[in-house]
Amino acid sequence: MIKVENLNKIYKSVHALKDINLHVKKGELFAYLGPNGAGKSTTIRILTALTNPTSGSVSINGFDIKNSGFSFKSNSIKSRQQCGLVPQSINLDQELSVYENLTIHGLLFRMGKSERNKKIEELLSYVDLSSRKESLVKELSGGMKRRLMIARALMHSPSVLFLDEPTVGLDAGMRRKIWGLIKKIQQQGTTIFLTTHYIEEAEFLADRVAFLDTGTILVVDTPSNLMSRLGTWALDRLIEDKMEPIYFNNREEANNYIASQNESFTLRRVNLEDAFLSMTGKKVK
Amino acid sequence: MIHSLLAVYYREMLIMRRRLTRLIPSWSVSPLLYLIAFGYAMGKHVAIDGHSYMEFLIPGLIAMNSMTQSFAIASEINIARFYWHIFEEIQAAPVNDLSYVAGEVLAGITRAILSTTVILILGKIFGVNLSCNFMFWLGVLLNSFVFSSLAVGLAMLVKSHGDQVLLTSFVITPMAFLGGTFFPLENFPVWGQNLIHILPITHAAKAIRAASLGNTPQISSYIVMAATGCLFFVISVMCVKKAKD
Repeated sequence: MIKVENLNKIYKSVHALKDINLHVKKGELFAYLGPNGAGKSTTIRILTALTNPTSGSVSINGFDIKNSGFSFKSNSIKSRQQCGLVPQSINLDQELSVYENLTIHGLLFRMGKSERNKKIEELLSYVDLSSRKESLVKELSGGMKRRLMIARALMHSPSVLFLDEPTVGLDAGMRRKIWGLIKKIQQQGTTIFLTTHYIEEAEFLADRVAFLDTGTILVVDTPSNLMSRLGTWALDRLIEDKMEPIYFNNREEANNYIASQNESFTLRRVNLEDAFLSMTGKKVK
Repeated sequence: MIHSLLAVYYREMLIMRRRLTRLIPSWSVSPLLYLIAFGYAMGKHVAIDGHSYMEFLIPGLIAMNSMTQSFAIASEINIARFYWHIFEEIQAAPVNDLSYVAGEVLAGITRAILSTTVILILGKIFGVNLSCNFMFWLGVLLNSFVFSSLAVGLAMLVKSHGDQVLLTSFVITPMAFLGGTFFPLENFPVWGQNLIHILPITHAAKAIRAASLGNTPQISSYIVMAATGCLFFVISVMCVKKAKD
């Protein structure tokens, strides 16, 4: 479905992506987890042909997308029709209505009028925005704008959906709502490539996770495998103003350790943050 | 290609329709001030080549206005690109460079034609009836083609909206005043006339004025505008590629 081989991106003196290799399977929800500046958005920009790679190859459904952006080649048009993109920043036409934004997207993707209108009705109901069809985008809340961006990306029925930090800046309730929507999209057979720096987002949604740090992929595995490498339970203790976790395979071991020490601890389950921390020595956020 | 072109154009038209109640007054203010200050107050007793100064001024204003309004799409593109990131949405769609530039240029031409209509109405209010024949509209169309093509290219090259404002100040504003819009070029020394004849706006002002006053415009002016427009259009298509990254 998505195949990335030896991908490199160099911006002037910054080596933003270093020999990235990825293979995302059909119908999979693949999360790309890393701190700000790790290279997540650069990867998505290359995968969606918004940015040219310095070297390496990228194919989506067998279509090579390198240098395909904004060109006349029919191959490029086909590869673009495979992809839906929800970028990190809100890029809706604020002065236009919800309906008009979706209409323009449909026109850009060469959809006929009846197909377009049918899809708009279907998607607005899907993202729970039917009642706001005629509202101007600038009148919508942040969560509504995010849902509209997801609906817009699904307008042309892409087989791969790229979500670049889809819940950034949203409150916890709205974030959960968007997660539910993302799960629903995946259940309908769409492959999803998600970048995030929210640990719980990757844990909740992803089938597999790639850890990215300073432009390099450290590991690719399922969230449960990544976490189980450390154990199941973690005890946080404060050492010189810094929380240091200790990992245990079961709760009993952790409780025994607490009983043997004359300190106070916080007991919790191991999460992806721990896995990331153990590999990089730093937190994702 | 035509689908993508129409999509880009349709987007611009939807935005223009939404802003029309604000745009029409803004298209009227500057020409109205020029007509009052230069045409009515200063040029009341001036005649040029057998025409009143108002008759001389309005075609010049039309040339100037079609230039500035078609060039104004550069600001729209920049705001969409730098502030709203809408350019990304178009880049991610199966839209080729040529269709994108053509759609934006067509939007610039539409904007120029609408603002020209506003000036013609103002002219009528001031009692000036111009001949709006085919050659007149062709002049307006080619002039706006030149400057909307230039606008798209420059909008792709600049790195911020501030740069765009500077370009308008250094490129468009001098042309607006020096291209034979407000006074006859014959008042300039010969070297100055030769220099000013390089500017496409000079040809636009000459062609539009001649056509609107019932004279026969020089075909060479139309050829210069068409050639310059095509050149800027091709450069713009190339600049869209550069805008990536």
